[in-house]
Amino acid sequence: VNFRRLANPWLLFALGVGLIRLSVANDYYFTLLNIIGINTLLVVGLNLLLGYAGQISLGHAAFFGLGAYTTGILTAIYGLSPWLALPAGLVVAGAAAFLVGIPALKLKGYYLAMATLGFGIIVSIFFNQAQELTGGPSGLSGIPSLSLAGFPLDSPDRLFLLIWPVLGVILLLSANLVDSRLGRSLRALHDSEAAAQSLGVNTSRAKLLIFVWSALYAALAGSLYAHTLNFIAPTSFNFMFSIKLVTMVVVGGMASIWGSLLGAAVLTILPELLTVFHDFEIIIFGAILMVVIIFLPRGLVRGILDLWEYRRYKKEGGTFPVA
Amino acid sequence: LISDNHLESLSPLLQYLISGLTNGAIYALIALGFSIIYNSTTIINFAQGEMVMLGALCAISLYHHVPSLPLAFIGGVAVVTLVGLLFERLALRPVRDQSPIVLIIITVGGAVFFEGVAMMIWGKEAYSLPPFTGNAPIHLFSATLLPQNLWVIGLGALLVLLLEAFFRFSLVGKAMRASSYNRQAARLVGIPVNRMVQLSFGLAAALGAAGGILVAPLTLGVYDMGAMLGLKGFSAAIFGGLGSILGGVLGGLIIGVAEALASGLISSGYRDAVAFLILLVVLFFRPQGLMGGRR
Repeated sequence: VNFRRLANPWLLFALGVGLIRLSVANDYYFTLLNIIGINTLLVVGLNLLLGYAGQISLGHAAFFGLGAYTTGILTAIYGLSPWLALPAGLVVAGAAAFLVGIPALKLKGYYLAMATLGFGIIVSIFFNQAQELTGGPSGLSGIPSLSLAGFPLDSPDRLFLLIWPVLGVILLLSANLVDSRLGRSLRALHDSEAAAQSLGVNTSRAKLLIFVWSALYAALAGSLYAHTLNFIAPTSFNFMFSIKLVTMVVVGGMASIWGSLLGAAVLTILPELLTVFHDFEIIIFGAILMVVIIFLPRGLVRGILDLWEYRRYKKEGGTFPVA
Repeated sequence: LISDNHLESLSPLLQYLISGLTNGAIYALIALGFSIIYNSTTIINFAQGEMVMLGALCAISLYHHVPSLPLAFIGGVAVVTLVGLLFERLALRPVRDQSPIVLIIITVGGAVFFEGVAMMIWGKEAYSLPPFTGNAPIHLFSATLLPQNLWVIGLGALLVLLLEAFFRFSLVGKAMRASSYNRQAARLVGIPVNRMVQLSFGLAAALGAAGGILVAPLTLGVYDMGAMLGLKGFSAAIFGGLGSILGGVLGGLIIGVAEALASGLISSGYRDAVAFLILLVVLFFRPQGLMGGRR
């Protein structure tokens, strides 16, 4: 047996998912794991945009919401099959991203951040106000569960078997995308748009492509979310959640596929742990957010590696090469 | 009779205009806070709206202990100014040269933190502050307005004029402007740039707090009022041209009036969307804003 080969991260991922499926026997943990999986989907998509291409979106929750509400409305109100509603969600979110992306991606830095923020807030107000369609602030219930070839995916442990393999495929797809021609042009335009253009990269096309692509991830996550919880409400898709997604990207590490999984896991589990503090919960969450970013602005993995290397350099009496 | 009908149809418009200008004055004060901080650091401080909330709630608490409105006003502004100064020193100075994304997350973390602190101190209920000079409605043509509307618009205008005078004529104000134009050159002529940056956070916090206290008698003070106000103030700042005082004031007033008209004539549910719709249109067609691009 070639053990080197077994250390392949994809194999480890599959192994880990299998082991978790066998060892966990509690619906609460499966629900948590499913939410982590869905959030990871969102974060990987946003990381392609933010970490690799360097384009900020503060309105990503809107695409998540468009996916969730499209499938939710089509299945709960119009009785469509979830497997038809899901592609409809992708189309709606993708079209929205395309239409918003054309003017928005001409903007840079803060201005792009604000345009996506404004879009996100408008969409979330729409979810609240279009009551006859979305159920308004009290939410949309009665969204059916998915079923696969007559096998209903109506419990958290069964959904786990759908969400995590799907996530694995998406992660693999994203890792390949990053190493593709498009991925290379994204990293090039991240560093210098002018330089990328001068080398023949159609930067506005590449930016729009990755914007729509990451919106599709968000819409897929939204559909899965709607069918996982069978209920959706506008608060899951508001400005705060967009910010939380950006935070997951940064905490996990920009331009890192596996970092996305870590960031999503940490920031999904943290509020659960903090519920023991009741009213102090949001203070502590805000404080942790600030402290982690202030001291580890490059994310958890990179930040801890930096600290470790810094100590090693100090021990050897050398100077730390500052990045 | 015809002219009477005319007045009749005009009266709701006048009413919307008054309530729009009142809200707009608050947006303008918040927008100025964004612009002052942006000029000195190029940071967008998402905790700006929380200063409005803290101002309102601090003043209300002070008023409960010492029932004097001027004291509550000054005390509230002073406490929040201190919060602004500390926030800069503790959360933002250590990370001065980070990327915008990191800075955005820190200020959002600050906003969440302040909101949490406020929820712990004041709970989730809304508190009221008595109006500055009674509640007797004033009739203006066929519209009615409260004395507090006049206070908000009048004191708001006074604050803006004071701010402009401060930047134009005082030594400290000139030093702050110098540091925002060219940090290195300012340092060379002996301006303590770090202190100017901190001062800009204090000034922005003070403006936000003043806005919160002015509007508290009309809208009540509650722990989660800051986020939406902050984002709208930010839209106003972008609309007017980030960094411009006149632009921020115009942006705030126009957004306030547009919102009031939209909620009166179209639908009150989509009222909050107006500011952001304007934000999108401005960003797509004139990203430098109304008054931007001159500097």
